[in-house]
Amino acid sequence: MALAGRAALRWGARLPSPGPAAAPLCRPAWLPAACGRPYSSRGKEEIDMSTYPVESIRNFSIIAHVDHGKSTLADRLLEITGTISKTDRNKQVLDKLQVERERGITVKAQSASLFYNHEGINYLLNLIDTPGHVDFSYEVSRSLSACQGVILVVDANEGIQAQTVANFYLAFEAQLSIIPVINKIDLKNADPERVEKQIEKLFDIPTDECIRISAKQGTNVEKVLQKVIEKIPPPQCNTADPLKALVFDSTFDHYRGVIANIALFGGEIAKGQKIVSAHTKKRYEVNEVGILTPNEQPTHKLYAGQVGYLIAGMKEVTEAQIGDTLFLYKQPVEPLPGFKSAKPMVFAGMYPIDQTEYNNLKSALERLTLNDSSVTVHRDSSLALGAGWRLGFLGLLHMEVFNQRLEQEYNMSVILTAPTVPYKAVLSSAKLIKEYGKDQITIINPAQFPDKLSVSEYLEPTVLGTIVTPHEYIGKIITLCQDRRAVQKDLLYIDENRVMLKYLFPLNEIVVDFYDALKSLSSGYASFDYEDAGYQSADLIKMDILLNGNPVEELATIIHNDKAYAAGKLLCERLKETLPRQLFEIAIQAAIGKKIIARETLKPYRKNVVAKCYGGDITRRMKLLRRQAEGKRLMRKIGNVEVPRDAFIRVLKRETDK
Amino acid sequence: APCPQWPYCRKRCSYCNFNTYVVPAVDEAAVRACLVREAQTLLRLSQVRSVTSVFFGGGTPSLASPGTVAAVLEAVAGAAHLPAGAEVTLEANPSSTSASALDGFRAAGVNRLSIGVQVRGALPAAAAVAPHNPVVTVLPPQSLDDAELGMLGREHTAAEARKAVEAARGLFPGRTSIDLLFGLPGQSRDAWAQRLEATLRLCDDHISLYQLTLERGTALAAQVRGGALPAPPQDLLADMYQTARNVLVAAGFRHYEVSSFARKGALSTHNLSYWRAEQYIGVGPGAHGRFVLRAEGSCSREARVQTLEPVAWMREVQSQGHGTRSRAVLSPLEQLEELLTLGLRMDEGITHERWGHFSPQLSLQAVFGEPGEAQALQQEGWLVLDSGGLRCTWAGLAVLDSLLPDLLWQLQRV
Repeated sequence: MALAGRAALRWGARLPSPGPAAAPLCRPAWLPAACGRPYSSRGKEEIDMSTYPVESIRNFSIIAHVDHGKSTLADRLLEITGTISKTDRNKQVLDKLQVERERGITVKAQSASLFYNHEGINYLLNLIDTPGHVDFSYEVSRSLSACQGVILVVDANEGIQAQTVANFYLAFEAQLSIIPVINKIDLKNADPERVEKQIEKLFDIPTDECIRISAKQGTNVEKVLQKVIEKIPPPQCNTADPLKALVFDSTFDHYRGVIANIALFGGEIAKGQKIVSAHTKKRYEVNEVGILTPNEQPTHKLYAGQVGYLIAGMKEVTEAQIGDTLFLYKQPVEPLPGFKSAKPMVFAGMYPIDQTEYNNLKSALERLTLNDSSVTVHRDSSLALGAGWRLGFLGLLHMEVFNQRLEQEYNMSVILTAPTVPYKAVLSSAKLIKEYGKDQITIINPAQFPDKLSVSEYLEPTVLGTIVTPHEYIGKIITLCQDRRAVQKDLLYIDENRVMLKYLFPLNEIVVDFYDALKSLSSGYASFDYEDAGYQSADLIKMDILLNGNPVEELATIIHNDKAYAAGKLLCERLKETLPRQLFEIAIQAAIGKKIIARETLKPYRKNVVAKCYGGDITRRMKLLRRQAEGKRLMRKIGNVEVPRDAFIRVLKRETDK
Repeated sequence: APCPQWPYCRKRCSYCNFNTYVVPAVDEAAVRACLVREAQTLLRLSQVRSVTSVFFGGGTPSLASPGTVAAVLEAVAGAAHLPAGAEVTLEANPSSTSASALDGFRAAGVNRLSIGVQVRGALPAAAAVAPHNPVVTVLPPQSLDDAELGMLGREHTAAEARKAVEAARGLFPGRTSIDLLFGLPGQSRDAWAQRLEATLRLCDDHISLYQLTLERGTALAAQVRGGALPAPPQDLLADMYQTARNVLVAAGFRHYEVSSFARKGALSTHNLSYWRAEQYIGVGPGAHGRFVLRAEGSCSREARVQTLEPVAWMREVQSQGHGTRSRAVLSPLEQLEELLTLGLRMDEGITHERWGHFSPQLSLQAVFGEPGEAQALQQEGWLVLDSGGLRCTWAGLAVLDSLLPDLLWQLQRV
């Protein structure tokens, strides 16, 4: 596996001394002390951060479409500045999670402080990494809030993609300086001129401002650093002001508690100081401050304009609320504008495969959500699946990544139900309004779908989707979007053969399989990104699945009226394949209210008896029968129909597998 | 009922996952000595006084020499009483059943032949009190079609098969059983009806009717799974089974067990002993047994399995007299579960007397006469509980495996 090499990666963190950035204390990568746990640098001399005044600081991010080379460029920047030693094995250094390396994506933002001498001046360059997928645009925006500029990386071969557009606008709206970089110019099919024209057309950036590089080979990467210094302004703040620190990320360390990543917008911070959270008003004593290189590297102090971390005895990640402002005890400041909190777009039920695993899964969930506060967790239970949770995710990839991390980092296998989006209902029934204490409710579980009679309007979440595609796929893509109830908002040729389309989609139409469908009909060439676009009125209904006339609670689905027939038919067909035959006929029906919209019939067994049962067969036979008899205890009975516990899961799972 | 096992075959059939071994040369003298020794040891341990039946299963026991069969029978007769009329069955394969070979087996003491397509797995060993079916089965009806035989990986041709059955009937009149296999990939209703007719023209008084089971790990299962051969649809299989039941019953056969049909009283005594949960002793590699070790002063029924791999089995028999690999005492509940599972396979079902033998305190009525699963199944017409005992209806027999989990679950709760 190519990934094994990445996963086994170790790098030598080093500590640049203040002063000339030459002669780094670079250890060979195999030395254990360099292998990188946060304590590796203990006992060494701490850096005096006061030698880096605001004017010599640049805070920036790299933003790019997936696979355009963001992580490779970051690796090179870390090497050139001597932050890590130069070896062939520096791949995705900032991507620490197994899932990130396997999928080639960044899930969790990481940061690194780079020291660089340019024209005789020592600069402190803080690279604030950002997640590289649409699901994590919320995290991108919060990383950007600690920056004054970005490097926008575009693949010289693929050109501008959907995420390039989305990321550009995030940076543009945050009024950051943008340094366009065209990467992979070493590739045979590279066409940097075409990409420069696209950038000019779409982003209004003159072609001569683009830097052509090969991050892989290191070509022109030094030039990128120089541009960072020249084009990105230093942060506007003053060490003489009272402390004002923005929490832009946080992680949880099992031994040291919460580690908050902070950007100082004023003042200075040092060990022993008493600080207060503007959000919680709680008081803490600072235990440790430092910079990330990219591992934690303690320093005496951090000063205005700098970026680093802080440990202050916070026990839960919720205490280090992202977007929170920290100030010195008794020296309150005006808090920085906070972030919108992450808004879950996709909900799914999560259950242990075996109820005896409930407590283990609970503790794994608690620990994982400590490091991923964008996941929302509500306890939930289902007659068929037992006790579990309803989790909210930023998107489907986020859900998959979360599930993969549960498996890889906590060795937990779980049942995930079909994902659903957060619908809303405007209530008209006085009784319900009183019950909920409000006239508009959010429905994250179909079981809670209020009847049409007590609702004046249902609302569904929408997103504005951006698709960039070679023009030959346009027809198919337009058809696909129409099938998904999407409304076209824009169609623009970004060069002779590339088109950017914008569509307003109902979120539920893209949640499950839109991206896969798009990729497959464009031979992988079309890219997709989306952003939240609020709610729209929708003709929603709740579709029930009935077995011999009795509803199956866990298969109830909220669905648009136009889609109900096809979806009902599909579910019935799948159930028919999944349910075991019984001694009587079973009618499998999809219904809206009292109206049956689809039906399948599962015929009864006419023969079910093993042919041979002699002396040598009996032991094996009894084992199977005892297991089946035992299974009767766990069988979910819907009316007279016995349903094995895993039947629904298989029906639901195949939907996500599709 | 001892059931000695000959675990060797000339060729592995495409549907077979039994404990069989295809080896170039078998040291028959050594195997014979071990079968004899193990039969003696186990019969002594069981203290069985009289043996009702002996069944030579396989592998392909008809590949062994009559001398081996004679030696085992001698050993059985030496260790316990083997009445003159006791059923002694040999499983045979059409290509290894020349008239002269069969004659040799008859001289050795075999009095029943079971000619198989799907020859059963190895049950080496002498069965104790309960007779195992010592049957020599001759040929299955599929074997009347060369194309089907080829698919099954059988070594013989249809003509050979027909000849073998005829030879067997000549030597074992009224005591020749043939296997009848249905549900072959691609087999049609019409083909099956014709096969039944052909079988009736050829057969003797006992037929074992088997639906082809695609056992994991067999070549045939792999072909069906891989899509090279079509899997027969469930409804077609049900039709074929019903057709066969009707045709055979109309031809005078008694459908006395799920897969067994006999006329003129030619029931397999040996197999009945399994279904009636009597004692049986397994001899030979991989053989299973159920008996009480009276010699050890025990009064508990044990489930025993002999060592599977022939070389290891022989080593164990040579060093300790038998190659028992596992022993497990069956609890009273486990014995009742087996009785229920096996007894309901027969048209006679489970009599009150037999049930009482295993459960002196709780009668059939007490367990299954109360409101619960069994009563519901009776009302739905699958089951009967009356003065004769508990048994399946005609319709219920065909879906027995759907009834058993409910009945076992009810039994476990008592």
